[in-house]
Amino acid sequence: MASKAPRHKMPEQSPEERVKNFNEVPLGYSPEMAIAEAQRCLQCKKPLCVEGCPVNVSIPEFIKEVADGNFLKAIEIIKDTNSLPAVCGRVCPQENQCESKCLLGIKGEPVAIGKLEGFVADYEREVLHLPLVSSNKKTDKKVAVIGSGPAGLTVAGELAKLGYSVTVFEALHLAGGVLVYGIPEFRLPKKIVSYEIECLRQLGVEFVLNTVIGLSESLSDIKARYDAVFIGTGAGLPSFMNIPGEDLQGVYSANEYLTRVNLMKGYLFPEYDTPVIKGKRVAVFGGGNVAMDSARTAIRLGSKEVHLVYRRSLDEMPARKEEIHHAQEEGIIFDILTNPLRFIGDNSGRLCGVECIKMELGEPDESGRARPIPKRGSEFIMDIDVAIIAIGNGSNPILQKSAPDLQCNKWGNIIADKQSMKTSVEGVFAGGDIVTGAATVIEAMGAGRKAARSMAEYLETGKW
Amino acid sequence: MYRIISNEIIKPSIGRMVVEAPYVAEHRKAGQFVMIMVDEKGERLPLTIADSTPEHGTITLIYQIVGTTTAKLSSMKSGDCLFAVAGPLGHPTEIKNYGTVVCAGGGIGIAPLFPIAKAMKASGNRVINILGARNSDLLILEEELRAVGDKIFICTDDGSRGEKGLITQPLTGILKEERVDLVVAVGPVPMMKAVSELTKEYNVKTFVSLNSIMIDGTGMCGGCRVIVGDELKFTCVDGPEFDGHLVDFESLGKRLKTYQKEETESFEQYKHKCKLEGAFNGK
Repeated sequence: MASKAPRHKMPEQSPEERVKNFNEVPLGYSPEMAIAEAQRCLQCKKPLCVEGCPVNVSIPEFIKEVADGNFLKAIEIIKDTNSLPAVCGRVCPQENQCESKCLLGIKGEPVAIGKLEGFVADYEREVLHLPLVSSNKKTDKKVAVIGSGPAGLTVAGELAKLGYSVTVFEALHLAGGVLVYGIPEFRLPKKIVSYEIECLRQLGVEFVLNTVIGLSESLSDIKARYDAVFIGTGAGLPSFMNIPGEDLQGVYSANEYLTRVNLMKGYLFPEYDTPVIKGKRVAVFGGGNVAMDSARTAIRLGSKEVHLVYRRSLDEMPARKEEIHHAQEEGIIFDILTNPLRFIGDNSGRLCGVECIKMELGEPDESGRARPIPKRGSEFIMDIDVAIIAIGNGSNPILQKSAPDLQCNKWGNIIADKQSMKTSVEGVFAGGDIVTGAATVIEAMGAGRKAARSMAEYLETGKW
Repeated sequence: MYRIISNEIIKPSIGRMVVEAPYVAEHRKAGQFVMIMVDEKGERLPLTIADSTPEHGTITLIYQIVGTTTAKLSSMKSGDCLFAVAGPLGHPTEIKNYGTVVCAGGGIGIAPLFPIAKAMKASGNRVINILGARNSDLLILEEELRAVGDKIFICTDDGSRGEKGLITQPLTGILKEERVDLVVAVGPVPMMKAVSELTKEYNVKTFVSLNSIMIDGTGMCGGCRVIVGDELKFTCVDGPEFDGHLVDFESLGKRLKTYQKEETESFEQYKHKCKLEGAFNGK
């Protein structure tokens, strides 16, 4: 049986080579490799992998087509439920989702579902150049989508396919949200995002850039102009640690650091005008994907030493395994069970060090993870000239402030029904990080899909 | 794209641009700002809106040429387009009838002060304007502010226009002579700091409008964070105006110097490039 073959390793740029550039790390499967990998799939009658996918991609069906060399059919099957497969193939935490359920994973390694998804999406974009199918069924109903991240793009795509006229409002000068400002080029090439957005444009979606909703125009102003509204404004307000010295020059939120480098192309300064401090010794605080992205960005900007400071142990790190692995390969120094106490600056206000304390793990806390406890007397000072704080983001309050009747929880996240994504305001739906707090691209897309379905129903029936 | 209607140099290092941005022109209020990008490779720069003409869909921006972005801005011609203009952003100034309001503007800070003084006057305040600059070449909008205020004081560091001295001198005189209900100060950090320290002595409420470094201008990056009282605030979404008696100006001043080295490098390269292109064009 073909399934006994080991998982086909994705060819990658070597660590020595890739730390000097911002090009994508995996080089992609060849068609032969993709077919061979797809042939490992057991084609389970009751596929558990599908349950593990937030948008329920018909995984065995598309893999069967790949195994038979029908890449076109494969992409059609994926696109039926997933509008951004080239993105998901790269950034989904498959090891906790589809691949974690794969039966092959019990004794060996699961099928590389994510890599295969990425392969067929890339094959379509680069080789097949499929013509775009826009809906011939046009309706006169208008939909506003606020925020152009993964949730908003999904809603826009799904509703445009159904023939609705969709307008997406974006605060920045480029559409894509976290896909363009947050996730680095070496993990998600920006040409993929711009291709996806171009596809939506061709489907008839209108993008209104440089426009923040909630300041000059309130939610009800928008509601008055559209038949339904989707809010997908994300978790964009960076958290700081509230320790002394966070105002020093050289202390960044991960959002600022990554935005400077990704969206503004600070790594190409001075060809591009936005600078970013290229520290000699950099410390990143946090253990999620954003922390990994920041650390791996710093090493590519030429920093001699990059530390990743995390208060729990490797086992509790929330980042994708592949990102942790890549970061380790690239020489990032993991300072686990360590927590910062204060930043230290020189006379001109520039960061020159951080005092940290060692931690040990105690009883599990409310998150179920072991609670880190400071070890008295273990304080030490680390010399650094750039610090990047990647401990998470809160919800951006601008839109909610303009809508007093929109119910939010105590953290400022919009309250929406888990299935219908309806908010407390009729005609207004919400999904993604603005509802759940910071989560993954695919979960936001899952919420977008649910919202689109329920919005279509609302637009057809008028029933709330 | 945002089409430039006019762009003129009004003082040796200060430009005034009128640019099409209908949404901003329609909605903007005194005290708000826009983020602009000159071109696709440009940085995002916050600029306070000096004026607008909603019926033409245009806004007026006044900028001092201090680095690459503002030099690029000054080189643009009518008919050219800005790559991005996002806004209006930030909280508008709280405009109401306070009684007597002193509007103090330093250098390029006079530009954002103008709409505030105008709005304060329109809502019935007695408005006293104080304009200060290093020298007469940096003193702008004198006539415009004279027209919207009840009284005006002018001072320059070198005495080339008005009284020789700092804004705090006429301000001290006013505070001694009459009851002032509010002071609004916009300008360089040392000026806003000095004004706030002075008004604190007289216990007069003071708004300052901060010019922090920003990337997105919508609360996403936290680069514009500033210490106000004991709290960390974001200039873009919590400001740009704050109680001058609570702002940590020292921290703000240091943060503004974060990219001094990179800004010089970028500007030198830009000037060099311009020189080469100039030579190539036979200029």
